Amino acid sequence: MSPRETVIVRTGSANLASVSAGIERLGMIPRISEDASLVARAGLVVLPGVGAFGPAMAHLHERGLDNAIRSRVESNRPLLAICLGMQLLCDSSEESPGARGLGIVPGLVVKLPASVRVPQMGWNTIQPSGNASLLQESFMYFANSFAISQIPAGWEGATTTHGVAFASALERGALLACQFHPELSGQAGLALLRRWVERSIIGEPQPC
Amino acid sequence: MLTRRIIPCLDVRDGRVVKGVRFQSLRDSGDPVELAAGYEAEGADEIALLDISATAEGRATAADTVARVRRVLSIPLTVGGGVRSVDDAARLLDAGADKVCVNTAAVARPAMLSECADRFGTQCVVLAIDAARSSTSELRWSVRVRSGVECTVLDAVEWATLGSKLGAGEVLLTSWDRDGTRSGYDLALTRAVADTVTVPVIASGGAAGPHHLVEALRAGADAVLAASIFHTGEHTISGVKQYLVRSGMELRA
Repeated sequence: MSPRETVIVRTGSANLASVSAGIERLGMIPRISEDASLVARAGLVVLPGVGAFGPAMAHLHERGLDNAIRSRVESNRPLLAICLGMQLLCDSSEESPGARGLGIVPGLVVKLPASVRVPQMGWNTIQPSGNASLLQESFMYFANSFAISQIPAGWEGATTTHGVAFASALERGALLACQFHPELSGQAGLALLRRWVERSIIGEPQPC
Repeated sequence: MLTRRIIPCLDVRDGRVVKGVRFQSLRDSGDPVELAAGYEAEGADEIALLDISATAEGRATAADTVARVRRVLSIPLTVGGGVRSVDDAARLLDAGADKVCVNTAAVARPAMLSECADRFGTQCVVLAIDAARSSTSELRWSVRVRSGVECTVLDAVEWATLGSKLGAGEVLLTSWDRDGTRSGYDLALTRAVADTVTVPVIASGGAAGPHHLVEALRAGADAVLAASIFHTGEHTISGVKQYLVRSGMELRA
């Protein structure tokens, strides 16, 4: 497998063309797959996702992709989760009561309030938390009706406001999760993708 | 804070961008890939691509055009025109569209909106409405279909409400009366729909300059779509955005 290969998890209903195009723009080679062993061991993996929480989790579970994703996060292999992909990291979502998420992030996925336009559709600012290493303040493109309500303890990330404040990104170790679409966020989004790819290839500095 | 969006629209026929006046008397004005990339560089927030090909061969090239535009574009791409079925929508999404507009087919079979939303998510489904002022009432608009040549008895505001409940995550609202006339957006129509639905509303039809865009945003539109004012080069996206910011609009810097 080429070190430039980036596996994009087929989550059933997602539009993968934009993610693939974004990966290609960075000089990487996108490979769409739903092979659990490949997803567990590949160098770089993107978990995209549009559609609903419950059906997307059912799709992952049927193919053993839920365990594959959990195991790569446990062993700190690079993962980029986008939009619904970020929400799937949680335990559950108000969108699909009863459906179990991946349980990687101890957060609650809630519906955006009725006081604003939902879906949130368009460009909003992300405000990184104090020790975020990849995220920088910028406009990013959102298309979501649900979001993780806050950055959990022990995680870095970014906050955005649409009616209420919510966690627009999370990062910890080799995991980056974005509620926005970096692949649709112009130069700022490409720059974030590039930082994630570069760090994923080079790795994080370790104590000697 | 969520900003308003400026959306240049590419009316594409047989793979080329054309400029329409009331969807007729078309004039060639360019390559969609070049135009889309140029608009992104100038600061466009999103690109709309409406396929107005009249033939099956022309429509078949639409997916290819979408794929070519996708390769150069790193902002959202909304595609419409000739979407008759859920599978048509899937083909355009696979080719690289981020959102798909459904117009005539949704009027013929409203359940198609729910089917698209279930399969792709509401944020992928745009209900495109061509609304014409009713001859009998100042404040009512009826829905037109088949590129505006056929009238229905549907009330545009009610249809926008029903369509968004069925699964459309956004409404692209075009004034049939204003489109191509350069006399400004139909502000009463924009206001009536924006005040009623809870999903975002894109105003379309009639823009001749940045002052018209400001009016539509003040009437409650979340985004404004314009074609000819950008294609002819008389206004740049960046110039229009500067004007809007001076008018107090929140935009992406």
